[in-house]
Amino acid sequence: MPAFRDIVRRIDSIKNTQKITKAMQVVAATRLRRAQAAVQATRPYAEKMIEVLQTAGERATEYKHPFLVRREGKRAVMILVTTDKGLCGAINVNNIRAATRFMNEHHTEGQRYVTIGRKGRDFLLRYRREVIAEVSGVSDRPTVAEIMPAITVALEEYSKGRTDAVLLCYSKWISTMKQEPVVTVLIPAEIPGRGDESKGPRADYIYEPDPESVLDGLLPRYVETQVFQAVLENKASEYSAKMIAMQNATNAAGDLIDALTLYANKVRQAGITTELMEIVSGAEAMRASS
Amino acid sequence: MKYLLRVVSVERSLFEGEVEFIIAKGADGELGILARHAPLMTILKPGPLRIQETYGGEEQVLFVGGGFMEVLPDRVTVLADIAEHADEISIEKAEEARRRAQERLAGTLTTAEEVEFQNALATAEARLRLARARRG
Repeated sequence: MPAFRDIVRRIDSIKNTQKITKAMQVVAATRLRRAQAAVQATRPYAEKMIEVLQTAGERATEYKHPFLVRREGKRAVMILVTTDKGLCGAINVNNIRAATRFMNEHHTEGQRYVTIGRKGRDFLLRYRREVIAEVSGVSDRPTVAEIMPAITVALEEYSKGRTDAVLLCYSKWISTMKQEPVVTVLIPAEIPGRGDESKGPRADYIYEPDPESVLDGLLPRYVETQVFQAVLENKASEYSAKMIAMQNATNAAGDLIDALTLYANKVRQAGITTELMEIVSGAEAMRASS
Repeated sequence: MKYLLRVVSVERSLFEGEVEFIIAKGADGELGILARHAPLMTILKPGPLRIQETYGGEEQVLFVGGGFMEVLPDRVTVLADIAEHADEISIEKAEEARRRAQERLAGTLTTAEEVEFQNALATAEARLRLARARRG
């Protein structure tokens, strides 16, 4: 039977761990709120951009930007968004699985990856996948400038004809309890159609310099915006998952402490009982001999 | 007469409100926009976006590092690449960015790279001019 002191020492150690997980949970909750606000902040830009793309696209009908042209080949570059740190549940595993599965199903040749986040990079390198660019250590308030290098590499591969599609995989934030890996096709770009109930008169713009140049400028930015939003959304998912993971850890530590406390008390009781027995039997022996 | 102006960058919304007059740096030169302007869609060059809430009145300046501007009779939307308030620009940062761009321009470059760095240089210089104007 372990000594009472040893059990108490273990309880203390678990209490320390519990304090840490509790703190991490609170920090994740705060960061989650911030990440959600950041996702919200990108909406006006993204919405406006889609609107402008629709109108410009209608004007420049005979013009096809290369990003809008569907290519037949099976090659693809996947931009995989993951976290830098662990302790955030299964989101990285889910993202990686979704990304690799999609690639194996739809793009059997020339599979290449661009990673944003350390976890995805490490995994893919371990399994000898071809990673052509990586960005890691994205700050908690990501800026477009931080992730630009990754996007630029992926777009270049496409413009130079070395790949037939550019895909994006990240974890979509649905609720605090639920995050889902999503794979989307960035290029060939699909501009969401405009609803029939589109408000206001359809503007017939004067284009400066011309509709083609405007489209040329807008499309890469449209792709950038999508990747940027994915990074933000993934951050929100990361902190949600971390919050839940840490909450579970805190609870598990609590259960363990309760169980160990009970055990410690039993050990202490057993010790006292044994000691009493020894005293009583000693006394009995003394009386018998006198 | 006033119209609604919105300036948004990918990261946040920078300005939203009723204004009478703005001056922006378009692809084909400076543009002054009053209400009831004909619908216009233009590429913006890096430079200041000057906002006057009342025509000829006090001016608020935003820095726009390129982007797009959509003009409709009753509202104007600016999709800014990097937009920041003039007060937020640090001269050191701008100078640093300009130096980097120049250094790289000095080396041998492909055409695409050269265009990119020319843009970086233009952005840095525009920032610098604006920040200096603010200090002076």
